[in-house]
Amino acid sequence: MVTKHDKVDVVIVGSGWAGGVMAAELGKAGKKVVVLERGEERETQDYVGVKDELRYTNRFEMMQNLSHETITSRNTLDETALPVRTRDEMMVGTDSGGGSVHWAGATYRWLPYDFEIRSKTIERYGEDKIPDGMTIQDWGITYDEMEPYFDRWEKTAGTSGEEDPLGPPRSNDYPNPPLKESPPIKLFKEATKNLGYHPYQVASCNVSQRYENPDGQVINQCQFCAFCTQYGCDFGAKSDPIVTVIPTAQKSGNVDFRYDAYARRVMHENGRATGIRYVDTRTGEEHEQPADVVALGAFSFANNRLLLLSDIGEPYNPETRTGFIGRNFNGQFNITFLGARGFFEKKKFNLYMGAGALGGTMSDLAGDNFDHSDLDFLHGGGIEIRQYGDGAIASNHVPKGTPAWGREFKKNSIHYANRSLQIWYTAANMSWWHNYVDLDPTYKDDFGDPLLRITNKYTDQDRNIAKFGIEKCKEIMEEMGADIIDEDEIPEEFDHIYQGGHYAGGVIMGSDPDTSAVNNYLQMWDMENLFVVGGSAFPQFGGHHPTATIGALAYRAAEGIEKYLNDGGGLLAQAKKETFIT
Amino acid sequence: MTQDEEDKDTLSRRKFIKNSGLVAGGVVGGSLLGGLLTNQFTSGPKTQTKNIEDHEALQHARVFFNRKKDFDTLAAATECILPEDDLGPGAILLGVPYFIDKQLAGSWGTNAKEYMRDPFYQDEQVIDYEHKDTPQDKSGPNTSTKAPTPTPRYQTRLNRGEMFLQGVRQINEVSKEKFDDPFTKLAEEDQIEILQAFENGEVPMTGVSSITFFNFLLQMTLEGAYADPVYGGNKDMMGWKMKEYPGPRMAYLDEIDKDEFILKEPKSLREYQG
Ligand SMILES: Cc1cc2nc3c(=O)[nH]c(=O)nc-3n(C[C@H](O)[C@H](O)[C@H](O)COP(=O)(O)OP(=O)(O)OC[C@H]3O[C@@H](n4cnc5c(N)ncnc54)[C@H](O)[C@@H]3O)c2cc1C
Ligand code: SF4
Repeated sequence: MVTKHDKVDVVIVGSGWAGGVMAAELGKAGKKVVVLERGEERETQDYVGVKDELRYTNRFEMMQNLSHETITSRNTLDETALPVRTRDEMMVGTDSGGGSVHWAGATYRWLPYDFEIRSKTIERYGEDKIPDGMTIQDWGITYDEMEPYFDRWEKTAGTSGEEDPLGPPRSNDYPNPPLKESPPIKLFKEATKNLGYHPYQVASCNVSQRYENPDGQVINQCQFCAFCTQYGCDFGAKSDPIVTVIPTAQKSGNVDFRYDAYARRVMHENGRATGIRYVDTRTGEEHEQPADVVALGAFSFANNRLLLLSDIGEPYNPETRTGFIGRNFNGQFNITFLGARGFFEKKKFNLYMGAGALGGTMSDLAGDNFDHSDLDFLHGGGIEIRQYGDGAIASNHVPKGTPAWGREFKKNSIHYANRSLQIWYTAANMSWWHNYVDLDPTYKDDFGDPLLRITNKYTDQDRNIAKFGIEKCKEIMEEMGADIIDEDEIPEEFDHIYQGGHYAGGVIMGSDPDTSAVNNYLQMWDMENLFVVGGSAFPQFGGHHPTATIGALAYRAAEGIEKYLNDGGGLLAQAKKETFIT
Repeated sequence: MTQDEEDKDTLSRRKFIKNSGLVAGGVVGGSLLGGLLTNQFTSGPKTQTKNIEDHEALQHARVFFNRKKDFDTLAAATECILPEDDLGPGAILLGVPYFIDKQLAGSWGTNAKEYMRDPFYQDEQVIDYEHKDTPQDKSGPNTSTKAPTPTPRYQTRLNRGEMFLQGVRQINEVSKEKFDDPFTKLAEEDQIEILQAFENGEVPMTGVSSITFFNFLLQMTLEGAYADPVYGGNKDMMGWKMKEYPGPRMAYLDEIDKDEFILKEPKSLREYQG
């Protein structure tokens, strides 16, 4: 039997930053909203006293239970995709606030170059600079248009930072000052300055002082407790949906959060979305929630899968390179975030202290801030040092040449436990015709629905940008005075590990309905009352952490939905034919 | 305080911090804060240590490995991976074998949260996958807080418990074949040779490559040595003492920018939770 609920203005899937921001904004605007979250209800109390490295970092306490549902993965079109079976191989968030709770909090605005990458690349280097088969494209929105949304999200989150000396223009300073500088960060800043770079403190959503956001929500001061990334914050000091947008939505009195509510289909009729069909995972009972507007904020994987399962939009076909749902899968994989590790004989650092986003960075080698004329790749990334706070299981780094176990390993792992630092390049990831998602022909979830299948491989672009970054990191580490420096190795091929949560694309935004699924309000071209929000909208991946951009897009979408409801419908952006089709 | 803050502020510990003006003023952090709270929440004087030790002994018995010789083989293998030396105890003294036994008896060992649906292929592609050896701390963004050991690649129908049973028995088989003695009786260098063969994926196993088993064995040995003692390893926090690791603490607000290394006596999760 199916339980049919009363119609509401908006039904949202997912309670992370994407879903949470929309719920708060639409609730405040007086719209009736239902949020469906597949996970359990969680509050700050659930994260008090949980500083347990094994349970959270190594057993992935906060991640999706893969026994019900996972993804499958392969490199090329002619391979059989294998399921990603364990949480050692994949982290995706669930429960109240989703991955936006166990995130680390490193906050970057993406660059003007990111949003107009194709035009700006052609303008500076000519059309030939973009290799055959690379399907990067403009977003249909510029940085200047995004700026107010970045600003709003940072104010909601209480982002704590200082201005990037090479960054794009800002209408306001960060709402809070940067986190304190620890000795490793100081060392990094001095070294990069000596080399002529422009270091600054990583902007952080571990909040540097007690802060009340514009919605009246209070975020406490970060204690540098070190149990941060992959954990919920013990103190309500990490900005996440649980301490910000979820209570704001609740306070409006207009938003009904339903947990254990697993969305299976976007219902639709005559080209219009009519609501969401979901299952109460405690009983197995089917529910239907009708709404005037449907918004998906279920993270990249589920956003794609829900559209494919619901037969919405034309699935991308790599053979003919037509269709758009699933096109341009992208993200930061293990070929990004590579660099160098330095071992210091004469220095010991308090590496057991830290915060998820405590770090130093620089933008000299980000985006198109440096000349690519003679380089064999596009785009760039930040160079970061981070002091997350290492647990005792994590701190087992030994110089290359040390055996991985046994007597010498033990001796070195103990000696270097507080003597090694790492820096890395947060390289961008470009999109290609052969990287995409569709539905798996073999593997199914609990309900018998096909899993999402990812086809992804690396290219020379990925290997070249990684090599460049590793060399720069090594030079900086030398300047930092490390006695032994180990460079990271560049993987030949994508190895099907989906750790780190930076996966994107598939429901990408743009100004041409032939090459994009959503317009610059995250509204589906093909179904005007359906909005698909999150990293799924990125046409390619910038050279920085993604979440501020996701938060900003969510504000943009919320504004669009409100306008759509108030104006009685219609497309919110004009379709434009782009001259390029690859 | 606004009503909103009051509502949020239901945690007695946080209230305690706020009332004492510690966090709000940002004047006192770190050890003093930790010390105050610990005093508040730790019950009982030090003389109870003896009882605690007896109690701990009672908490260690095999609940997964039925055959003692399998458990002994496991113990010898973990000791070979993390041996006792003049820096401190090895895996056996730290309780690692019991840690692994307990882990395998629970949801980790039965793969409760893993995708375990057919088909499980056993072809070249799978073998190739199992042999990939990217360290876990290099497996993408936000992974640098993970152990720098290879990610075990999972494409087998066996759950981890079944894999370990087969694995330790196979260690013993290889040992008898090669050296005519059970693994526990071998010299360290011979034990190392056998484990290396597993690590290189050279030992035949049924349904899984030996490399996958070995990567789990390596990972779990380190976990047992350095996870909170509540899980049965890291006996008396000796693993943490070797590494000068302090265990879970509330705050380092006043110490995070200090230049010198600050050594602290470790405290356990139990002490942290009070
Ligand atoms: C360990 C880790 C650290 C990270 N650190 C950083 C960082 O420092 N900086 C940064 O920028 N980014 C970071 N990220 C990435 C960040 O977590 C994501 O970009 C962000 O959380 C995405 O927000 P979202 O709202 O799109 O998705 P989520 O927050 O994951 O929310 C999606 C929600 O949808 C729900 N859902 C999914 N499917 C369904 C369904 N079928 N029915 C109902 N509900 C469903 C999920 O349960 C989830 O709650 C990190 C990621 C990880 C894994
Ligand atoms: S490091 Fe700061 S933000 Fe992170 S969990 Fe600890 S107190 Fe919270």
